[in-house]
Amino acid sequence: MLEIRNASCGFPGRTIIKDISFSIAPGELLCLLGPNGVGKTTLFKTILGSLQLQAGEILLHGENVSSWSRRRFATKVGYVPQAHTPPFPFQVLEVVTMGRTAHLGPFSTPSASDNAIALNALENLGIAHLRDSVYTEISGGERQLVLIARALAQQVEILIMDEPTSNLDFGNQIKLLEHIRKVVDTERLSVILTTHYPNHALMYASKAVLLGRDQLVSIGRPEEVITEAYLKNAYEVEAQMFGIQNRQGRNFTVCIPTPRG
Amino acid sequence: MTKKLMTLISLFLALFFLSFTIGRYPISPGTVALILFSKIMVVPHSWSAGMETVLFTIRLPRILAATLVGSALSVSGAAYQGMFRNPMVSPDLLGVSAGASFGAALGMLLAFNSVSTQLCAFGFGLTAVGITYAVGALLAQKGEPVLTMILGGIIIGTLFSSFVSIIKFLADPYNTLPAITFWLMGSLATINLSDLRVAVWPILAGTLVLTALRWRLNVMSFGDEEARALGVRTGLLRLTVIVCATLMTATAVSISGIVGLVGLVVPHLARLLVGPNYTHLIPVSLVLGALFLLGVDDLARVLFSVEIPLGIVTSIIGAPFFLYLLVNTRKGWV
Repeated sequence: MLEIRNASCGFPGRTIIKDISFSIAPGELLCLLGPNGVGKTTLFKTILGSLQLQAGEILLHGENVSSWSRRRFATKVGYVPQAHTPPFPFQVLEVVTMGRTAHLGPFSTPSASDNAIALNALENLGIAHLRDSVYTEISGGERQLVLIARALAQQVEILIMDEPTSNLDFGNQIKLLEHIRKVVDTERLSVILTTHYPNHALMYASKAVLLGRDQLVSIGRPEEVITEAYLKNAYEVEAQMFGIQNRQGRNFTVCIPTPRG
Repeated sequence: MTKKLMTLISLFLALFFLSFTIGRYPISPGTVALILFSKIMVVPHSWSAGMETVLFTIRLPRILAATLVGSALSVSGAAYQGMFRNPMVSPDLLGVSAGASFGAALGMLLAFNSVSTQLCAFGFGLTAVGITYAVGALLAQKGEPVLTMILGGIIIGTLFSSFVSIIKFLADPYNTLPAITFWLMGSLATINLSDLRVAVWPILAGTLVLTALRWRLNVMSFGDEEARALGVRTGLLRLTVIVCATLMTATAVSISGIVGLVGLVVPHLARLLVGPNYTHLIPVSLVLGALFLLGVDDLARVLFSVEIPLGIVTSIIGAPFFLYLLVNTRKGWV
């Protein structure tokens, strides 16, 4: 259980988000929505400790994390960055095994059991066949899955993902979200992710935190808080909400931007 | 991987032995073997005292120095490339060579003896990196710590290079200036065993610590933010790596002068052989660096009737070789 309480964050001399509070429980997928530049990344960096918290506190199971060591924090909270290309061509299994670092002593290297955990994470996401591939040579979608596998190998309780679907094609976005939903359900993980697509929140998230142009707007179930009014306010476009039913008979809401004229 | 490392070690041992036979004064491999064995067991004495002197007071120190300097530059180069997330980085990135050059030039200008000159080079090598680190730390609040550190290194390196020029300008053109110029070209010709007895410790210590940190170096090559999220104390790790690499490079430079390209080329070659994982890269760079510099130094000794400074030969051999690697390897491997 991660709790952000009255947090203010930003850079020295400049506050970007003021007084935000929310929490996430095991098995929840929280979507953070908001237009470019409202401070989603700043909030993530603050939670991860890269930026100093300006006010408020971050609690993990009720304990303030500000005094925790990097290593202890990394055994509880993992970070999945946007897929990137590191300067060196590591093998996929090596990249995933790096998730074990927080569980190793400062001078040790991963053992056979660490490798087994990494391999298990790859299998969990159905990409075990990539284990010996070169990380810099696989596709963007595969790379994003590898980074998620690395966070799974880290065996954390909370995962923070920075726009995991950006740079992915139409199909890979949905496949990735299905994977994330599955690990949230089966491993009882808490996942916080940012996205630029309100529909991703509507289809997969159990909770949405909405940021508007200048301040936190609302927190709640995605289909309740993502409204035409919010979309108009935050993104300055007209959009309409529709109720649809998939082939399995499940109902959900989607939004579609509607052109003018 | 183990097989490759074993092959490299065997190659190194063979070259190590062969290097004793190379030089102006011919000593056959059989005689070399006998003289070496005579130190640990009783063998029939069939060689001149001159041969033994050449072997132990001229060739042995030089061979050991090439081994030490080659491995020190390669291991610290490998560590820096990962930590600064850039394959184009060499161990003098933060100004250690420029600082050491200034120290050595100053020592020669003030007519220090050779040990004091070496100490002076070592001291100013550390000073230059210390200033760079301080500048980087100062600027780090304004931006990315790795980038500010590199910028600091460029500035401090340039500054110390101009100090070297001032000294050259002031130096006696018949005596001191040639000495400084030769030092800057790098050479192992004047090494003796007592230099090595001192130099071996910082190099050994740095190598041990970097070897111990090899897994964390992998994680660091993904950048500060990710490394931190994976549980690494990035600031502390960076400081440790810089201290180790600087100690090793400053020591190497103070006994050999400036030997370019080794710290850049050898880690690349090692990466080509065993991939980027530091678990393998550090030991392979170590052996390969020793092998490379020993081979090049042997060439410097025998190629022409006048000995060419080592730094020149490493660059002349290293540069085309490096180009060949860049052209002939798949993207991402170098």
